[in-house]
Amino acid sequence: MATRQTQTLARLMLAPSVLALFIWMIVPLAITLWFSFQQYNPLNPIRDGFVGFSNYALFYSNPAFFQAILNTLLIVGSVLLITVVGGVLLALLLDQPIFGQGFVRILVISPFFVMPPVAALVWKNMIMHPSYGVFADMARFLGVQPVDWFAQYPLFSVIIIVAWQWLPFATLILLTSLQSLDGEQMEAAEMDGASFLSRFWYLTLPHMSRAITVVILIQTIFLLSVYAEILVTTNGGPGYASTNLPFLVYQKASLEFKIGQASAGGIIAVILANIVAFFAMRAVGRNLDR
Amino acid sequence: MNLKTFLLGTCSAVVIAGFAQAETLTIATVNNGDMVRMQTLTDDFTKANPDIQLEWVTLEENVLRERVTTDIATKGGQYDVMTIGTYEVPIWAKQSWLLPLDNLGADYDAADIIPAIAGGLSVDGKLYAAPFYGESSFIMYRKDLMEKAGLTMPDAPTWEFVADAARKMTDRAAEINGVCLRGKAGWGENMAFLTAMSNSFGARWFDESWKPQFDQPEWKNTLQFYVDLMKDAGPVGASSNGFNENLALFQQGKCGMWIDATVAASFVSNPKDSTVADKVGYALAPDTGLGKRGNWLWAWSLAVPAGTQKAEAAQKFVSWATSKAYLDLVASKEGWANVPPGTRSSLYANAEYQKAAPFAKMTLDSINSADPTKPTVKPVPYVGVQFVAIPEFQGLGTTVGQLFSAALAGQMTVDDALKQAQDVTTSTMTEGGYIQ
Repeated sequence: MATRQTQTLARLMLAPSVLALFIWMIVPLAITLWFSFQQYNPLNPIRDGFVGFSNYALFYSNPAFFQAILNTLLIVGSVLLITVVGGVLLALLLDQPIFGQGFVRILVISPFFVMPPVAALVWKNMIMHPSYGVFADMARFLGVQPVDWFAQYPLFSVIIIVAWQWLPFATLILLTSLQSLDGEQMEAAEMDGASFLSRFWYLTLPHMSRAITVVILIQTIFLLSVYAEILVTTNGGPGYASTNLPFLVYQKASLEFKIGQASAGGIIAVILANIVAFFAMRAVGRNLDR
Repeated sequence: MNLKTFLLGTCSAVVIAGFAQAETLTIATVNNGDMVRMQTLTDDFTKANPDIQLEWVTLEENVLRERVTTDIATKGGQYDVMTIGTYEVPIWAKQSWLLPLDNLGADYDAADIIPAIAGGLSVDGKLYAAPFYGESSFIMYRKDLMEKAGLTMPDAPTWEFVADAARKMTDRAAEINGVCLRGKAGWGENMAFLTAMSNSFGARWFDESWKPQFDQPEWKNTLQFYVDLMKDAGPVGASSNGFNENLALFQQGKCGMWIDATVAASFVSNPKDSTVADKVGYALAPDTGLGKRGNWLWAWSLAVPAGTQKAEAAQKFVSWATSKAYLDLVASKEGWANVPPGTRSSLYANAEYQKAAPFAKMTLDSINSADPTKPTVKPVPYVGVQFVAIPEFQGLGTTVGQLFSAALAGQMTVDDALKQAQDVTTSTMTEGGYIQ
């Protein structure tokens, strides 16, 4: 048991790290907050200065704003749905003793090693391209008109690409959880006459719930900031059809050089992320306490 | 200390002393073919200037724009020479961010630069960037398909003729599209094309008091014509197609006509890359009889930022890369067809070049017919043919480009796209202080 002296010593020794971590987090956030109240456009430096909440008002009144919020949530929700459901199914499959199991597992996990811009380029030019893509070839083979994915279903296309990248992560975590399931329990249920579906619903799924929670929480954080896939494939369009909040902030900062508005957008994104995280923790996070 | 150590030490000292004296220029450049070729030929420069070392930062066009703009606006000082275009030069020169190029050497023939290009790179008569290659836009078309459609392309066609020919040449079953035009959103992509096209329809971005003009009938005519034409005769996925995508389609024989940069002529007529190299004809960009054609004007140019400590060496390099002697150097190593085009009048008077580049005359005519100071039928308060030379245009052009790309993709009506373009442009111009 720690004495008061050792506790004090521990606090003292931890203090520099905690302080460094605090500064590392708070300084960029404070600078972003400060810039969000400034009119700062390096290309047009004449009109600099404090402007109150007008950057927030301008960012909010941007015609793309609500679409961007909606798209951000749609990307997070859809990718989570695809990866969790798909991940559970793939984990169940990969848990079966099949020939070449190791090879199949590597194959399923491999998309996770591909960098997002590279994955997006491959999907854009080799798979979904309406003239040269594999899907277009398949459509022509079947005698139907190829689909112009990025023009007709831009957000759906982005979701598919992002889900393809995150499915291996979900599968990996869920498979690990599945492998820790007690075989004797399953055997007993089977002997008692429980069907496959009952066993899955009452044994497997509750056992995987903590892993599913981990997948949802970690992926939510990353999916709120999806950016490269959009930049490479649709560039946020057509119109604002695939613009999400990070992409809108990028547009303001790097294309329009409206640093004040981009910072206001960044603060709004932080607030949104916290709201989503709060609800995610309330909804699924309690699984982690058990 | 033995003899070997002594010799090694002496050699190192000499090398270090040499480097200490040499100046290193950091050059930001775009990753296109002509620029990459320049990097392979720089021995010629460094041999003549042993005290100058070159360090290249080669980037894709959009990334280059972001990097150099951020660097110069924040006075970062990363680069001594920057590759920029006719859009940036007048804006940056007015902000005093660029050095005037008045030290290019006695044998540098500035008067030989094509006047339209020199005009786009000058402010108050002073050259602020030297053109590495210049371009306008024109029609590249398939002579065989045109003949098959029973038509003859005039040297200076109208939009009506082009639309009619495009619809006649389209053969969906054979995967031939009558016309390939830019649809990918971006101020340098679809808006370069559409702004130039709108000039020939009598449209303009702003009236003399900077009021946006997207609510005027000229813009409606332009956008409706473009969307209808692309629907009837354009390729699938046109809203994702920029320069490179259309180049690939044309080279594979999937376009009857392609209206784009004149520099593309050497790519579509090169049998190594193009399956239709021997069937390509050229014509001026179309008009509607109002006095302006739908062609643009652009020059990738080398400029020296005001913040550099190595201005003299930087100007020496700019002078070398954009000189007549450089054109001769490329011709001697790679042939006349590969010299950077569109910058010097003397090149177009050169019989060898004319022989190697059948598109030379049409390129020059296209460049000469574009006037950045009077780009539109009605008067405007801005400079620039396919852009508006104000800092806000970079963002504005891309935002409006997104809306027009959505109209092309069928995600938005032409009327909605124009209404939103008018709203967003009005808001940006008010915010920027242009409209009180």
